[in-house]
Amino acid sequence: MSAAHAHPIPAPAYSHKRYFFEKFGITERLLERCLGEALAAGGDYADLYFESVTATALGVDEQIVKSASCGTSAGCGIRVLSGERTGYAYTDNLSPERLLHAAKTAALIASGPAKHPIQGFQDAPVADLYPVPLGGFDLDLAARLDLIQRADRAARAFSPQVIQVRSSYSEELRRILIAASDGAFASDTQPLCRLNVFVIAKDDQNTTRGSSGCGGRGGLEIFVGSKSPENLAREAARGAILQLGAVPAPAGEMEVVLGPGWPGILLHEAVGHGLEADFNRKKTSAFAGLIGQSVASSKVSVVDNGTMTGRRGSLNVDDEGSPTQETVLIENGILKGYLTDKLSSRLTGAANTGSGRRESYQCIPMPRMTNTYMLAGDDEPEDIIRSVKRGLYAVNFGGGQVDITNGKFVFSASEAYLIEDGHITAPVKDATLIGNGPEALKYVSMVGHDLKLDEGIGTCGKAGQSVPVGVGMPTIKLDRMTVGGTGR
Amino acid sequence: MADVSASPTFEAASTVNLRSLAAEVVERAIRAGATDAEVVVREGDEFSVSVRMGQVETLQESGSRGLGLRVLVGQRSASSSTSDLTADGIAQVVSSALALAQVTEEDVFAGLPDAADMGQLPGDLHLYFDDVYSLPAAERIERARRAEAAALAADPRITNSQGGGFDAATGRKVFANSRGFIGEYQTSYCGISAAPLAMDANGAMQRDFWSSSARRIGDLESPEEIGQEAARRALLRLGARRMPTQQVPIVFAPEVARSLLGHLFEAASGDSIWRSASFLVGELGKTIASPGITVVDDHTMILPNGVGGFGTSAFDGEGLPCRRTVVVQDGVLETYLLNTYSARKLKMRSTGNASRGLAGAPGIGAGNLYLLPGKQSPEQLIAAIPAGFYVTSLMGFGANLVTGDYSRGASGLWIENGELTFAVEEVTIAGNLRAMFKNITAIANDLVFRGSVTAPTLRVDGMTVAGA
Repeated sequence: MSAAHAHPIPAPAYSHKRYFFEKFGITERLLERCLGEALAAGGDYADLYFESVTATALGVDEQIVKSASCGTSAGCGIRVLSGERTGYAYTDNLSPERLLHAAKTAALIASGPAKHPIQGFQDAPVADLYPVPLGGFDLDLAARLDLIQRADRAARAFSPQVIQVRSSYSEELRRILIAASDGAFASDTQPLCRLNVFVIAKDDQNTTRGSSGCGGRGGLEIFVGSKSPENLAREAARGAILQLGAVPAPAGEMEVVLGPGWPGILLHEAVGHGLEADFNRKKTSAFAGLIGQSVASSKVSVVDNGTMTGRRGSLNVDDEGSPTQETVLIENGILKGYLTDKLSSRLTGAANTGSGRRESYQCIPMPRMTNTYMLAGDDEPEDIIRSVKRGLYAVNFGGGQVDITNGKFVFSASEAYLIEDGHITAPVKDATLIGNGPEALKYVSMVGHDLKLDEGIGTCGKAGQSVPVGVGMPTIKLDRMTVGGTGR
Repeated sequence: MADVSASPTFEAASTVNLRSLAAEVVERAIRAGATDAEVVVREGDEFSVSVRMGQVETLQESGSRGLGLRVLVGQRSASSSTSDLTADGIAQVVSSALALAQVTEEDVFAGLPDAADMGQLPGDLHLYFDDVYSLPAAERIERARRAEAAALAADPRITNSQGGGFDAATGRKVFANSRGFIGEYQTSYCGISAAPLAMDANGAMQRDFWSSSARRIGDLESPEEIGQEAARRALLRLGARRMPTQQVPIVFAPEVARSLLGHLFEAASGDSIWRSASFLVGELGKTIASPGITVVDDHTMILPNGVGGFGTSAFDGEGLPCRRTVVVQDGVLETYLLNTYSARKLKMRSTGNASRGLAGAPGIGAGNLYLLPGKQSPEQLIAAIPAGFYVTSLMGFGANLVTGDYSRGASGLWIENGELTFAVEEVTIAGNLRAMFKNITAIANDLVFRGSVTAPTLRVDGMTVAGA
């Protein structure tokens, strides 16, 4: 099979590609041999996913720099597709013998003569969405410690009611190299960092928590202005102290206004997962077969966009080597398309949206979201609040979850207020909001002009795999949604 | 056997003696300037197959290993981990941990446990059975296929599937520290699962899931039992409706009651307590649950079939012998759950609950955590309820352990006149954990160890159902 291969392989054009060649002794010849071995039993397609990750974390707790850790891991995952079948094997030993062994193992998914010779690698140009430290990974630890120490001081200074502060900084550099039997030959170096502050506040009666964080694909330049450590610390402390005076959240169906930014987790849960092509190909999603139909009010347009500079959910290429893109999911209320990867694209004929992602080399890629947000509308945020007689105004959330088959989703408000006669009044305790994905967005009656993306701390879990994502939304009003509190 | 320091051309990974590697890395860290060090080395193999609509969908087989080092330099600590067990990788892990220890600050509570406290349970805890890999690949695939087929055959309304699965895994863990502890154990796991979809006449779909896990292949339930139970659960969800907002007794089925134990454990863990991040702060020795509630965290449990529980091990994440701890006795909080650090913070003694991944400082983890069963059957418990909500599935992350506020998405069956009736979904259940544990008004006798955290059917009064 490798003898049939007539195209010269271009020399690796990018330093992140060279990294694997130099550090692990990977050669183009070896990539070819592994792909050949992977397809030797008759698979339709094979790919090699090399990954090398270096991660560092620092923590200040009780005003002490208590923790510092670092870790490195490297490995290769080898996948073979045969019809709808996937064979997968990985190794953390990148010697030629172990790689070829993994390729042989993955190849077992197929049975038959080798039928798809390798076509020659296409060294496609890649986008440049985030800075890449080309030198090495020698961190300026002092500058990073400074961030969390400043956050610690600012949170403590905010109020004597702040009794515990923990701040942490984490950073990783992920290098990937993908070589596939369809010629894809891509590499990328993906920085990701994050700063978090966690606060406990206490008064005579109550103890509460508050947290905030921000990050993205970039370096320390992220943590300035509204994302400065001081600002984050004040946000966390403010949130905790606000909760000291919170009243029980209301219970039942009511008008709900969601603030801009992170409340976009609504979209991630209500529609995003349900539009991933694997679920729809298998018809296990509540959104299966709804393309072209109305799934939201005409004011709602939702996109998934992996090409935003420096965003946590952005990628120059996905984990199958395909370029990411902006994909319209819902346009003026009409369902336009699904998020696809190579497998779903091969099986359904839909264009590949560059949504194939995986947690690590140990994981099979799946269609996943990147940065998912609703486009801005025309309404004034103040008018949206004013229009509500009795409802909930939720501006910050914890996690969410969805059952993609029946469409039911939840997301948990961590900062929310009552709206009474058009005015924001008392803060309420944590409460879960619940709805039905294909229905919930039909009740969106107002959409603000204040589109905002989240601060860069989202992580999405699916089938046990976690990947960084972003969400965003303008202020919106839902005419009805169920609020899971205990009050009246 | 390979000696890490012997040669730059380190031996192939498969021949490394993990035990001598762990001891060697501890020594190297001390030679490099650490005053104390601890090392964990892990290796594991996994196999998994999923079959969907009768065809193999994914087949995965792999192995990996990793090493984590924590060093103390005086009372500064830092850690480092790697998947690279070559001489270069080991040298890197030692030097980076020590470099990081230069940037941390003294914490008077940091440090390894006292040598006198360290140790491990004697004898074979029956955690490892190599028969999980004894089935030929074709037979493993067949078990996954049979689980799915049983679900699909259970009822004409089971029309689709997310698949049947068979998994097997083995792992080995070695732990060593500079105060003389070295220990290791092997574990095995196998599991079988099915996730069918049911569809009603209107085209509405519901999915559910069931599985069986074991350390030994012969202890797995049959694929047919798993498929049929998964199908039964999916079918029960059909026709689900919302309910008006109201207060009714909530019955937590065992598969969700266990999550309440998880919240209790986390709230009682020493790290939550010393941080004041728990609704159980200051509650030691006080009544926190209704009388009749007894919760045990037993890391030593051998199941009736002679096999060690999923939460059983010989020593904890810091090299302390594992033990059985009564957390709540007849409603009274008897102890917090502690590792060495949190014990020192609270001026107590470790309860042997240290958990440890490759990276970072030890955390606090549960062993076999369970709530002692009551006398009545689940049917009797439900029969006493005129109107209530029997919850079989929970969604979301709405448990705030600092305040105890609890609000989660729920689905299950409505109880009318003591009987389970129609399916309910898209509602939330809410309350406060502080009150919920005190309002457990009935405990059923159906405690089954399907995993490491287990509870029988529980009735909780005073919660709010929010819906239409």
